Amino acid sequence: MAEIMEIEVLRYRPEEDNEPWTQRYQVPFTHEMSILEALTYIKDHLDSTLSYRWSCRMAICGSCGMMVNGKPKLGCKTFLRDYVSAGKIKLEPLANFPIERDLVVDMSDFMQKLEKIKPYIIPKEEKDLCDGEYIQTPKQLAQYKQFSQCINCGLCYAACPQYALKPEFLGPAALALLYRYNEDSRDGAKAERMKLVNQESGVWSCTFVGFCSEVCPKGVDPAAAIQLYKAESAKDYVIAMFKPED
Amino acid sequence: MDISQSKRKPYVRQVKKSWWLRNSFYTGYMLREGTCLFVGAYTVILLCGLLRLSQGPEAFAGWLHALHSPLAILFHLVALVACLFHAKTWFSLAPKAVRLFKGAELMPEKPIIMAQYIGLAAVSVIVLLIAILA
Ligand code: SF4
Ligand code: FES
Repeated sequence: MAEIMEIEVLRYRPEEDNEPWTQRYQVPFTHEMSILEALTYIKDHLDSTLSYRWSCRMAICGSCGMMVNGKPKLGCKTFLRDYVSAGKIKLEPLANFPIERDLVVDMSDFMQKLEKIKPYIIPKEEKDLCDGEYIQTPKQLAQYKQFSQCINCGLCYAACPQYALKPEFLGPAALALLYRYNEDSRDGAKAERMKLVNQESGVWSCTFVGFCSEVCPKGVDPAAAIQLYKAESAKDYVIAMFKPED
Repeated sequence: MDISQSKRKPYVRQVKKSWWLRNSFYTGYMLREGTCLFVGAYTVILLCGLLRLSQGPEAFAGWLHALHSPLAILFHLVALVACLFHAKTWFSLAPKAVRLFKGAELMPEKPIIMAQYIGLAAVSVIVLLIAILA
């Protein structure tokens, strides 16, 4: 007989519940079982009404984000075996987002923020196809590569108390993505994106808690991007003081 | 009637005032921010000393004397611990605010953190030397 692990799940079914409640499931424990697999076990064998999100099962699509014992994690990258000593596993939908149903949250605010920063290369001047490709050296790539690894899982938003307290804050992933495009040698829209950075809802809403970088499953380090741009934004401010209005 | 009517009713969780007790990372952050009160208070005390100094030797002696009270000594001890904690946490965060490259390689965090401790030690020694020699 396999060992049994108790998993607590925060349930919320909008058509019948007014607020979330906790349900417990007994899941057979195997060493290589991920949280996501445990949820699949529950859905297949114990309770087919449970809702949660997933797609790739290999930490690349960013769909399976949830709170595991109060910390934002990817369900497919987190294993039951690491919670044996904790004695319990409590799963909740990602913090700081509205709960849509069970472990599914509404991420539209996050998506709008990602869109807002124009996450694509806007070249300084359009090149004709005949002029060939935009060339980049390994050194130029290194400037932004780390920040291009984001999978848009939203864990950093669930980790950010500032986002919870001030929802208009652009937030860690969007600012890291903004940095990624600004620092790309092929891009020419830095001045335009800096307007978002300089706003109150830009980098200045960050009080440098730093938990975003801690929980990021891809080592993106959004806190670093934000601190670097605080310096840049301050520089912008000083330069603007001496520049005549245009 | 539209039978495909939405059943959506997104549930928004409230942020509790005690959010920073939720995990040790948040609590550590609050502690780090909290220690700045001591840094601030100590600065005010030093500024008072400067003001008293400008008012003459007697005023300054009075200020020095006030610092000898047990309460003042206790405050300085607590403030010292708070300042050291403040410095330590900020030193360890500093690599996030600099991005130094060696060629195409990002500099590791450790040397950046160490450089700050060396800087702190150097400044302390210089200040101490000036205090002894002057
Ligand atoms: S920065 Fe990291 S935690 Fe945030 S959305 Fe991207 S991959 Fe997820
Ligand atoms: S299922 Fe794709 S990241 Fe976990």
